[in-house]
Amino acid sequence: MNYERIKEKLNILADAAKYDVSCSSSGSKRKNTNKGLGDSSGSGICHTYTEDGRCVSLLKILLTNHCIFDCAYCVTRKSNDIKRAAFKVQEVVDLTIHFYRRNYIEGLFLSSGIFKSPDHTMERLVQVAKKLRLEENYNGYIHLKSIPGASDELMFEAGLYADRLSVNIEIPTREGLKLLAPDKDRKDFLQPMNKVKNEIIRYKAEKKIIKSTPKYAPAGQSTQMIVGATNETDAQVMYTAAYFYKKYQMKRVYYSGYIPISYDPRLPSIGTDVPLLRENRLYQADWLMRFYGFSIEELLNKEHPNLDSDVDPKLSWALRNLHLFPVDVNKADKQMLARIPGLGMKSVYKILGARKYRNLNWEHLKKIGVALNRARYFMVCDSRDFEKRDLSAASIKNLILQNSQSKFRNTYGNQLNLFDKHDQLISI
Amino acid sequence: MIFIYDASFEGFLTTVFSAYEQRCNNPKILKHHQFIESFFEESETVFTSQEKAKRVWKKLEKNCGKSGCNQIYRAFLSEIEGIENTLFQYIRHAMSSSKNITKDYAHPAVLEVVQTVKKVGREKHRMDAFVRFRKTRDGIYFATIEPDFNVLPLNVKHFKNRYADQKWCIYDLKRNYGIYYDLEKVNIVHLELPKNILQSSSEFFTSEEIEFQHLWKNYFDSTNIKSRKNVKLHQQHVPKRYWKYLSEKYL
Repeated sequence: MNYERIKEKLNILADAAKYDVSCSSSGSKRKNTNKGLGDSSGSGICHTYTEDGRCVSLLKILLTNHCIFDCAYCVTRKSNDIKRAAFKVQEVVDLTIHFYRRNYIEGLFLSSGIFKSPDHTMERLVQVAKKLRLEENYNGYIHLKSIPGASDELMFEAGLYADRLSVNIEIPTREGLKLLAPDKDRKDFLQPMNKVKNEIIRYKAEKKIIKSTPKYAPAGQSTQMIVGATNETDAQVMYTAAYFYKKYQMKRVYYSGYIPISYDPRLPSIGTDVPLLRENRLYQADWLMRFYGFSIEELLNKEHPNLDSDVDPKLSWALRNLHLFPVDVNKADKQMLARIPGLGMKSVYKILGARKYRNLNWEHLKKIGVALNRARYFMVCDSRDFEKRDLSAASIKNLILQNSQSKFRNTYGNQLNLFDKHDQLISI
Repeated sequence: MIFIYDASFEGFLTTVFSAYEQRCNNPKILKHHQFIESFFEESETVFTSQEKAKRVWKKLEKNCGKSGCNQIYRAFLSEIEGIENTLFQYIRHAMSSSKNITKDYAHPAVLEVVQTVKKVGREKHRMDAFVRFRKTRDGIYFATIEPDFNVLPLNVKHFKNRYADQKWCIYDLKRNYGIYYDLEKVNIVHLELPKNILQSSSEFFTSEEIEFQHLWKNYFDSTNIKSRKNVKLHQQHVPKRYWKYLSEKYL
């Protein structure tokens, strides 16, 4: 192995892959067989965290950053003047195995710029996964990118070796895509996604009848959207996400705050802040949808096309629906408990367990770990002490904000101003 | 009444047996090295008995189920001062209740045990993540750790399933024992390690080893996005006390 050369390539191709935020290494159920190497049947593991606070669980690299496309939001776009490199298939295999054996990583995340043609690129990605599985008896995690426009045959093969497949739709709206990536067509993203979805369903059905049916993309599919590159609303982002969760049975949709990388006038200029708070709020809404039983229409609709920046989406929803509160924590069902601001699912399960033995009071709830600062306005428990004033939504919000801290506090002002300006524009 | 035991889990269970035998509701249970002779309190040294320990364990399995027993064991591994007393109160609550008490989070002992179990679980998970193997000249993948709690017994299964085709050893420097997998089974080992084992490379480890550490460090640096810098979050996830074992941080 020529370590110097590999090091150079690794620097270039890891740097180019880092804007893909997918990091999950769980949900695969692939067990070690015949005393081979690796096992991805457990929960995901984050082996370290970079200085930006993001987890590192997979060796996330591009096979190459040569690309025939010129998407404005992408660092590897054809017109960008950067160093280009390409790994050989065997080099990626060796690197993965050596890193895995040292417990640095949970597996491989392999993406690529599109060289020659989509099929040509996809075929190489599949080769890497196939080699790892068949020649190295490797059972660790493999996440492959589905290359937009790749043929159904290749997508079928990819699913036989990979745990997860993903295509990034990147731009939430059709118009945005047309503006920033004129060579790309939405159809090209959806075709491989659709093929993989159908195969997953087919394999699952077969597995019910024949137990020895091999695995097909056991960790499912995911996708990613860039937020803040075009002027899309939160509603547009989340309705798109909800559509993909439902229609394509996505395991995850990732939201990636746009990081300015270009002087292109169609995009926010270099030096613009990454919209971290907005990204955070979108993830909160995503979680409410997937784990808390909220429907997207409750969180975002015509009257509320954007999530609040100063309070989380659940609190924001509760303030709009005060007629449903207060909730009695000793009696309410799981679904309603999950809707109380300040109660996470862990607290919900603790309450459900603990209240079988005795009625819970404030002291109990505090010790269990409920965020009473927010929750106390929305619930009653086994205590005569509860909020008796008839507070308006605005005053509850004020009281909560006064008693809480957030590192984003000083960005609220700015973002609000931004919206005010928008409103002005609209009213003009 | 003070009970002194040998710091083993069986020893602890035997102590529970003795306390019940003597109808002592509020014993003070100490590991032998924690004990300082006192004039004011009576003390008794417990001799570990496998048979008594087994009887207690069987009864616990009946009253708290597998998950409750697992909780007791994990909380015990925390080695937190006084955890034995909390566990005794937990066990008393379990014995006197007709229901399974593992979810009675409003009970102080149950809540404390659950919270301790969570801490131990987090530390176990950290070791699954932070172990960095280095390949020795005789082909063993070797790692040293110093976990906050005695979690190595909990890590065995994970590493055995994952690295079934390579010899490996994870050594707890703080507690001076390790687990070693010889391609067949995992054994507990005690080693005399040189003091400079962390720094040394060419003496014990293969020449390619340092190259891979550097490749990993390179990867770690390249995958960072500077415009999203968040050192506080970084340190929250990778606390400083673990850095000396993480090649991406110490190189």
